[in-house]
Amino acid sequence: MIGEIDPVIINLTVFVLAVFVGYHVVWNVTPALHTPLMSVTNAISGIILVGAMLAAGPAETDWGVWLGAAAVVLASINVFGGFLVSQRMLEMFKKKEKKGNS
Amino acid sequence: MSANVVALAYLVASVFFILSLKGLSSPESARRGNLFGIVGMAIAVGTTFTLTQNWMLILGCIAVGGVIGAIVAQRVQMTAMPELVAFMHSLVGLAAVFIAIAAVNNPVSFGLPEVLPQGSKLELFLGTFIGAMTWSGSVIAFLKLSGRMSGAPIVFTGQHLVNLLLAIAMIGFGLWFFFDQTTNWTAFAAMTGIAFLLGFLIIVPIGGADMPVVISMLNSYSGWAAAGIGFSLGNPMLIIAGSLVGSSGAILSYIMCKAMNRPFLSVILGGFGSDSGAAAETGDGVQKTHRSGSAEDAAFLMGNADSVIIVPGYGLAVARAQHSVKELAEVLHKKGVTVRFAIHPVAGRMPGHMNVLLAEAEIPYEQVQEMEEINSDFSNTDVVLVLGANDVVNPAANVPGSPIYGMPILDAHKARTVMVVKRSMAAGYAGLDNDLFYMDKTMMIFGDAKKMVENMVKALQ
Repeated sequence: MIGEIDPVIINLTVFVLAVFVGYHVVWNVTPALHTPLMSVTNAISGIILVGAMLAAGPAETDWGVWLGAAAVVLASINVFGGFLVSQRMLEMFKKKEKKGNS
Repeated sequence: MSANVVALAYLVASVFFILSLKGLSSPESARRGNLFGIVGMAIAVGTTFTLTQNWMLILGCIAVGGVIGAIVAQRVQMTAMPELVAFMHSLVGLAAVFIAIAAVNNPVSFGLPEVLPQGSKLELFLGTFIGAMTWSGSVIAFLKLSGRMSGAPIVFTGQHLVNLLLAIAMIGFGLWFFFDQTTNWTAFAAMTGIAFLLGFLIIVPIGGADMPVVISMLNSYSGWAAAGIGFSLGNPMLIIAGSLVGSSGAILSYIMCKAMNRPFLSVILGGFGSDSGAAAETGDGVQKTHRSGSAEDAAFLMGNADSVIIVPGYGLAVARAQHSVKELAEVLHKKGVTVRFAIHPVAGRMPGHMNVLLAEAEIPYEQVQEMEEINSDFSNTDVVLVLGANDVVNPAANVPGSPIYGMPILDAHKARTVMVVKRSMAAGYAGLDNDLFYMDKTMMIFGDAKKMVENMVKALQ
């Protein structure tokens, strides 16, 4: 049966379920961490890097490949910038914790 | 690697992304959450390398982007986080557009048929226009947040009609692209161009203090753009990661709207409030009087109080006063005064903005409380110190008929004494006069938040 189903439907299934997972996971995020949540999700949306790599992937280089390469640069800024700045912010919450406990 | 192995690796990466967001449910697990995100990304990127040929080119590009990202992340001021986030949303949007164009140009490299089927065209259309709107909208948000452009809403007559017509035209070109048997570049380019324009036009009428909603919305868009590209490429990992981000942004937008008691649609239609606030309107024509005092008076009152609640707002971020505030809290603490911070959900320019600033200043987070936790305590608090906040403590929210009626506020007016540090008597973002400032128990302290707090610390020592 699975072979007869249009891949679009399967993708749609994945999409709807992922939205539900996202909905439930994000409601549990503490309001104090909403800014780090944004920077982490920012880094995660850098997953578009995967698409950019595929665009830059083909051996025969035409302008599409260069466009893909540009997208790789943009998405990498997101991935690295997003995770690093989140790390920096979350370290601040850590220091506070230690102080609070001592 | 076989397609199945790739798909399984992508599944593992997706699970890591979910765990990453789950980690943010508490500050204790948050760093581990971030680490999960990094691991997931490493798996995803590593796996994708096996599908590409231009390794050197791609590695070089990742290195360039990585260095830029690392420098930006290292240097950014915590007060400038909203700008950074807006900037990064714009990158995702632009990358999505680039990828979509590349996919239309050479579908085979993405594993799509030589001639694009209609399903793929629809998905590319969605990915492109969401990406384009994310880019241009985020650019405007970035310019507004960083002060390079006035935060005042830009409105003109027929604005919504123009937007509507553009949206219809965009969909029209999209349909042309969709139904054309060949790859119709004219339709695709026109559609993309209009989407860029629409992104600009939708964000310009939205004012500065509505930015928490805008930035959350763009966060959501950037996720949907990634998911849209995932659909085009038939890549479930992109769909999952994009949907997580998309729903996260949507929830944050909802929370922000609720905290302002404004329907999402009215925020998006914009035109509310102004940049610096016009001169306070007295309404009934009676000149209301306020009492003003010095930082030293305030220090004296706080030094003799049992409990103090500090209400920070955007003014604290502008003045970068978070470190001085921490000193103030410490000095008071040494004198045996209980000091706590009350955070309104929309204080600042993005969700959680104040929490990060206070965390940066190393203020213990058990002293920092959300509105619901602390609101009932105001009535038995000696002194409330409002630092650069206005609408979030405006008791007009309890008066039926007021433009902000129904907005949940911090009940600062219930405290025994209220002190407000502000640059002038100008009205807040909502353009409303704040009765709190004219109450008998209120003392206004005019000046820059940082300087005034420093003076208080000096007076207390």
